[in-house]
Amino acid sequence: MLRTPLHQFHLDHKAHMVDFAGWEMPLTYFGLIDEHKQVRASGGIFDVSHMGRVKFTGRHARRFLERACTRKISDMQPGQCRYSLVCNEQGGVRDDVIVYRLDDDEFLMVVNASNRAKILQHFEALKAAWDFAFKMDDQTADTAMVALQGPKVIELIGQYSREIPTLKRYRFVLKNLMIAKLIVSRTGYTGEDGVEVILPSGTVGLALKYLLQGVDMNAPHAVLRPAGLGARDTLRTEAGMPLYGHELGEEINALSCGVDFAIALDKDQGERGEAFVGMEALKKTKAEGGPARKLAGFILDGKRAARQGAIIRQNGRDVGVVTSGCPSPTLGVCIAMGFLDVALHAPETPVEIDTGKGVLAAKVAPLPFYKMPKAG
Amino acid sequence: MSSPTDRVYSPSHEWHKVEGDTLTLGLTRFAVDQLTDVTYVEMKKPGFKFKSGDIVGEVESVKTTSDIYCFATGEVTAVNAALGDNPGLLNSDPYGAGWLIKAKITDKAGLEKCIDAKAYDQQHP
Repeated sequence: MLRTPLHQFHLDHKAHMVDFAGWEMPLTYFGLIDEHKQVRASGGIFDVSHMGRVKFTGRHARRFLERACTRKISDMQPGQCRYSLVCNEQGGVRDDVIVYRLDDDEFLMVVNASNRAKILQHFEALKAAWDFAFKMDDQTADTAMVALQGPKVIELIGQYSREIPTLKRYRFVLKNLMIAKLIVSRTGYTGEDGVEVILPSGTVGLALKYLLQGVDMNAPHAVLRPAGLGARDTLRTEAGMPLYGHELGEEINALSCGVDFAIALDKDQGERGEAFVGMEALKKTKAEGGPARKLAGFILDGKRAARQGAIIRQNGRDVGVVTSGCPSPTLGVCIAMGFLDVALHAPETPVEIDTGKGVLAAKVAPLPFYKMPKAG
Repeated sequence: MSSPTDRVYSPSHEWHKVEGDTLTLGLTRFAVDQLTDVTYVEMKKPGFKFKSGDIVGEVESVKTTSDIYCFATGEVTAVNAALGDNPGLLNSDPYGAGWLIKAKITDKAGLEKCIDAKAYDQQHP
């Protein structure tokens, strides 16, 4: 199994390690629910080094990404990052990614761990087919990636940097720490404020020591404590964020996943416009009235959770399928996401969820389930 | 961490403690660590008769829902009421206060499929 540069950190903090997409990763440290609540109340530190980091450099890098990604790339400023999908020809989702524009001809893309090999292969094929001149460099093994998430994270970082707290959402800066170059972006996958940091593997120990001086992460009321993949999943579910393998997949039409903001069906227009892979199929879907089912949220009655694959029914009729579900530590009720017939999306619409062993009553609920309180 | 030696362990991670014809059933530390925080426990009620290998309840955690099996044959006599208010007992004390059911057993044959603490700990260090 692959190990991240934070492996010793996980062992030092008594993590329960599991196999995730071939990586040995922390599922929990001191309890999934406590870690979840720690992130909502103060701050959590997540190792997300297993995610793929791929650099694109050269004359055709921009044009390549414009064609590979569903979102507009050309109008990004250096210092800006964007969430995008990478689709297949049928309009299904190969992966969801974050694209960072480092410079005019220099980009970084963060991809899901489970899709890294597939995406690299796909990109190599496209690059050859289009005969584009740029270099694609998989930097996953040479770098680490750490997410700091929670309402007190920016204040903590403010002790070391005046610039980072001024970053807008989906902006990043390059910072020097001793000899190390860090990419710090105001992004995350928890529904909280915070940053994600990409840094050279060898400097993780130093960077953590620097950041965490004066923070006793074993203390129950520490400003920042480690949080595992378990909490990451419940946090993103509360935030209504899709996860590949659940809400996103090769067989799932990109227009059904609740991320239409990341799909620019008009991006072939204009002087530097390029059509993206899958665009024709998605235009056809849209012209035909859109997908029959789209992603919806559900709040369940009772303590039983709905899990991926459970069938959603109304008056005995099959109207959808659950993609993710869990007891929500923040809301104290069971929540779920799933694909639902578009006619039934009105909030409070009653449905039944068939777990295979029993039927759970649920109501349609708006996504996200959780929104961070406005600063005030 | 060593598992208690006064019980046997099933392939699906239930511990079975037999005292005369009384069986106490629970989940191993390894199993509850895999489940993550338990949020709800629903076991079969007293009077429920089961054969070796039958499902005798379900445990719901933040991460997943898991069936609970019993490898002896018998009848449920008690469920752990404390888990109703505090399912987290399963995480904090799986071998003690977090027990799941007690049963009167009529046939122990199925327990041959279980292994002792030493063998279990070797398989799940």
